[in-house]
Amino acid sequence: MSTATATFPQKHYLNDPPGLKSWLFTLDHKRIGLMYFFAIMFFFTIGGILAMLIRLELLTPQGDFFQSGDTYNQMFTLHGAIMIFLFIIPSIPAALGNFVLPLMLGAKDVAFPRLNLASFYIYVVGSIFCIYSIVTGAVDTGWTFYTPYSTSTTTSVVSMTSGVFVLGFSSILTGLNFIVTVHKLRAPGLTWFKLPLFVWGLYATAIIQILATPVLAITLLLLILERTLGIGIFDPALGGDPVLYQHFFWFYSHPAVYIMILPGMGIISETVSVFSHKKIFGYKFIAFSSLGIAFVSFLVWGHHMFTSGQSELAAMIFSFLTFFVGIPSGIKVFNWVTTMYKGNISLEAPMLYTLSFLFLFCIGGFTGIFLGALSVDVHLHDTYFVVAHFHYVMMGGTVMAFLAGVHYWWPKIWGRMYSEFWAAIAAFLIFVGFNMTFFTQFVLGSQGMPRRYYTYLDQYQPLHGFSSIGSWVLGLGFLIMAFYLVGSLFKGKIAGNNPWGALSWEWSTTSPPPHHNFETVPEMTHGFYDYDTVLVNEHGEKVYKEEPVSV
Amino acid sequence: MGNGGSFWLPPASSTVAGEVDSIFYFVYYASVVLFILVIGLTAFFVFRYRRRGGTRQFTSGFSHSNVMEVTWTVIPTILVFVIFFWGFNGFLKMHVAPKDALQIKVTGQKWFWSFDYPSGASSVNEIVAPVNKPVELLMSSKDVIHSFYVPDFRVKMDVLPNRYTKAWFEATETGEYNLFCTEYCGTKHSEMIGKVKILSELDYQKWLEAADFDTTIALHEMGERLYKSKACVTCHSIDGTPMNGPSFKGIWGKTEHFADGSSLTIDENYIRESILNPNAKVVAGFQPIMPTYQGILKDRHIDAIIAYLKTLK
Amino acid sequence: MSTVAQDASHPEYLAHHFSDIEQQKESAKLGMWIFLATEILTFGGLFCAYAVFRAWFPEMFHDAHKVLDLRLGTINTIVLIASSFTVVYAIYCIQRNNRTGTVINLALTLLFAATFMVIKYFEYSHKIHVGQLPGHFYFYDGLEGTNPHLFFGIYFAMTGLHGVHVLIGMGLITWVMIGTLKGRFSSEYYVPVEMVGLFWHLVDMVWIFLFPLFYLIG
Ligand code: HEA
Ligand code: HEA
Ligand code: HEC
Ligand code: CUA
Ligand SMILES: [Cu+2]
Repeated sequence: MSTATATFPQKHYLNDPPGLKSWLFTLDHKRIGLMYFFAIMFFFTIGGILAMLIRLELLTPQGDFFQSGDTYNQMFTLHGAIMIFLFIIPSIPAALGNFVLPLMLGAKDVAFPRLNLASFYIYVVGSIFCIYSIVTGAVDTGWTFYTPYSTSTTTSVVSMTSGVFVLGFSSILTGLNFIVTVHKLRAPGLTWFKLPLFVWGLYATAIIQILATPVLAITLLLLILERTLGIGIFDPALGGDPVLYQHFFWFYSHPAVYIMILPGMGIISETVSVFSHKKIFGYKFIAFSSLGIAFVSFLVWGHHMFTSGQSELAAMIFSFLTFFVGIPSGIKVFNWVTTMYKGNISLEAPMLYTLSFLFLFCIGGFTGIFLGALSVDVHLHDTYFVVAHFHYVMMGGTVMAFLAGVHYWWPKIWGRMYSEFWAAIAAFLIFVGFNMTFFTQFVLGSQGMPRRYYTYLDQYQPLHGFSSIGSWVLGLGFLIMAFYLVGSLFKGKIAGNNPWGALSWEWSTTSPPPHHNFETVPEMTHGFYDYDTVLVNEHGEKVYKEEPVSV
Repeated sequence: MGNGGSFWLPPASSTVAGEVDSIFYFVYYASVVLFILVIGLTAFFVFRYRRRGGTRQFTSGFSHSNVMEVTWTVIPTILVFVIFFWGFNGFLKMHVAPKDALQIKVTGQKWFWSFDYPSGASSVNEIVAPVNKPVELLMSSKDVIHSFYVPDFRVKMDVLPNRYTKAWFEATETGEYNLFCTEYCGTKHSEMIGKVKILSELDYQKWLEAADFDTTIALHEMGERLYKSKACVTCHSIDGTPMNGPSFKGIWGKTEHFADGSSLTIDENYIRESILNPNAKVVAGFQPIMPTYQGILKDRHIDAIIAYLKTLK
Repeated sequence: MSTVAQDASHPEYLAHHFSDIEQQKESAKLGMWIFLATEILTFGGLFCAYAVFRAWFPEMFHDAHKVLDLRLGTINTIVLIASSFTVVYAIYCIQRNNRTGTVINLALTLLFAATFMVIKYFEYSHKIHVGQLPGHFYFYDGLEGTNPHLFFGIYFAMTGLHGVHVLIGMGLITWVMIGTLKGRFSSEYYVPVEMVGLFWHLVDMVWIFLFPLFYLIG
């Protein structure tokens, strides 16, 4: 047990073994997770800067900042592709998940450490393809690469799609590794229904990763063959079918949106309980709803194609099933809210992001219901309403959860604390700036403003202008975050093993953890959410309550 | 446009728009209520159960209730059933055009729309239709996918190459409405916008007669109109600045050089060919992106354009 | 209670983070099955494309399939099925510590695989020669139906991807064969041999579907 004054361990995974080479060839899941973290933050910054440029261009109706529509088209394509394939899909699983999963299971590593390192380098190779595409003329197809546009444009589609193809393997390997790890490497006594909910989230995500990503791979392969050899499968001029491409693409990309959100929901399930200091409400319902979402997510891809000319029957089925993703999502939301009831709530940074998540994800989710309603989607499809919807769920949902996770595990990862003061300011700016930027876009969209427009009609100017101003507030928030997070590495006060008084196993080892994760192997003496009977006091000691309070 | 629209939605100027709007508002109010419930409770709990004095307390072990789980499963389920059926109902109406509908052929092409009317008349970037009469659109594309969208009518449908898709509307008010292309189609996707002009039945008939070919004005003036209305103007200037295509200034009689190294003196036949089969000879320094006007411009139209080009000294 | 392996015999092929061989073996197996699932889904995408186009152009598919050489296809099917047996036998041998038997059977498997590839080579080069090719490359004029190049587009995509798998499988088999020769595997530890065997069965199984779909459709 740790002592009253927090100490910084002498030897830990960051400095043991030392040397650059030991990092590049490391098999340690914590180091791999950290390398992923830096890689994705790099791409998040690039994607964010592109977004700021997009907003700058849209400040006024006419084209002024970029030379031509072509440049603008490349900007949003790269923004979308980078954010999706290089940032958000690997973000929570590959960075935070890699770091935390074995710790939560009481294991020494993931099941296949070499595969884990390989998956990181595959990610690097994939990202190099994407960067190569950017410097050789970029892509202007939109992140969806719809044919026949993508087979006829002159930009570097092949290198970008090859990049995404390669990235897919990285994602598959991570998923495979996690499933086996959860099945086979749980410490003795840790049964399925005692697992932390973050593990359930990662597990459900991994199922989607391995089942959906191969289809993306084959789709992109066909697209590449189409462009290089002209095999004609998607080319209407040769008798092929462009709508088939859309089916293939969304068969992956719809489940992919749950690859993005499920691990985020897992993080929220942790933080809401830890910072309410209260037993999670409806554990099994939260766990099973993750699997439910994963399952239904394979059956709804057609809701992206309500106006593409698919049959009415297909549209009906897809619309019907789409709503059934809303039910398990709702179950989660209500369970989280109820968890706070009669809690002991502290508003530290991770909780601020958790609350932001609840607020923003609900808006994003509800607007998904608008889009799932057939006749309403006909009006809203490919307008800014859709743009606002997916930023609310991806940025307002996943990114908020990611930030909650980053702030929650930051002391574990580095052994140091950031400044709560600046964290609160940044969280506030991000919340306000985000709503300014994207809430306006709902109105723009329902008023008919189409997406992917370089110039627009004057009537939309006020709302677009406001949205652009909001994006500066948002950007400022992130800038502050970058400063205090980096600053904390040098000046931050020492965190100690368990600054939040959480009960899951990653908090029972030192911060930062040793190379082999645990000095003394954790024991299953209480549930991870038993805040009614176990309490970690200010000295880091566990205090047990004799008899649990009855409700 | 009598119906001025609202904060959320633009004016509802077609027969299906009203129904779409009512579902929109149903989902909207349901969402607002649920949202206030969720966020209201959250805010209340955060305030009521906040940690005081900075020390952690044991908390209640209240952690499951099947009654509550069932409640918040069943109520949303009922809600989404309603939304689904309502939305599907509206969708069917949008898809099945009335039998007596007037049919207009819509062609999408990078980056303009052209329309052919049953009478043989045609127009570009402006579709003209009578009020209070169902209009069915038979649509196809010449290159990539486009999408036909009129916000005020709540109509949207993709326009595909090598395939026909259909959409229909019945406008309830005369006036001019925006028409957008909503499927991303390249460089000028955002400029692929046009107008829907809804006229009274009488005005529509008059327009049809005039649209075909106006014999009351000089040939070169007709050519100038066509230059503007058939979208030549989006790629060809008349002041000497090259845009996507070469400028028309001083085009008549000049010697043109082509990408394959050949050259010729511009005459009637060359211009005719450039319009009907633009990629036969590609001017040096330009991309072969000009669309063919085969089937859009009739011989008389081409004569008029040639007459007009001759005037551009 | 511990994840730290306590038993003194921690052989070198047991990775540090596993507590015993059983756990390591189980993990490898589960991982392999998941991997095979992803493979099936990859091919699944192509099977979908096949189904769609066949439904669209049934006559064309029927006509086009006649230009494939049923005799060569059948021989290849037999060769691959035979190779599946030899792989099973190789695993059977290593389980009984019979290294020579393993090596012989793996070599036979390689031989069958090579036969398969040689026959494929002849089939391909004939098609390339007469122009039974995908998309723009198509110049064969013995077929009437609509868009016969689509049939060959799918044919080459599917058999091509399968061929790549055969080649990868051959590489893997060579790798475990060398391993066996060097004495790395025994009845104690033969996980890699078993895994490669599983992969090889997948390759066979895919062919078992490709064969009737392309060569036999009536
Ligand atoms: C993290 C990513 C993410 C998530 C989680 C979601 C979640 C959902 N999405 Fe979204 N979506 C995207 C990312 C995401 N989406 C992206 C990227 C696109 C556009 C891609 C492109 O075209 O570029 C898109 C587009 C998109 C469309 C197509 C729009 C169009 O192009 O026309 C549709 C249509 O049905 C849709 C629906 C939904 C639904 C119903 C949910 C549901 O899962 C939401 C469920 C949540 C709730 C409903 C809130 C909580 C519930 C309650 C509090 C209970 C009460 C609820 C009810 C009464 C129902 N989404
Ligand atoms: C994860 C996904 C994601 C995220 C986070 C974002 C974030 C943002 N997006 Fe993005 N967006 C997409 C995914 C995403 N987007 C997709 C898929 C599309 C569709 C593309 C297509 O149509 O094909 C799209 C399209 C899109 C459009 C529509 C373009 C069009 O249709 O014409 C717009 C316009 O406003 C926009 C704006 C923004 C803005 C202002 C942000 C902001 O939230 C960005 C804020 C971030 C920053 C400003 C970064 C700052 C970082 C730092 C300062 C460093 C921090 C460092 C550390 C913490 C160490 N996006
Ligand atoms: C999408 C852009 C675009 C549109 C619209 C367009 N053109 Fe062109 N046009 C071009 C380009 C690019 C070239 C040069 C390449 C070529 O010769 O094909 C060209 C070449 C020409 C030429 C030959 C010019 C020369 O200097 O040799 C003529 C004549 C012409 N166009 C007439 C027309 C007419 C008439 C219309 C409208 C009815 C029209 N174009 C519409 C893009 C366009
Ligand atoms: Cu046409 Cu966009
Ligand atoms: Cu979706």
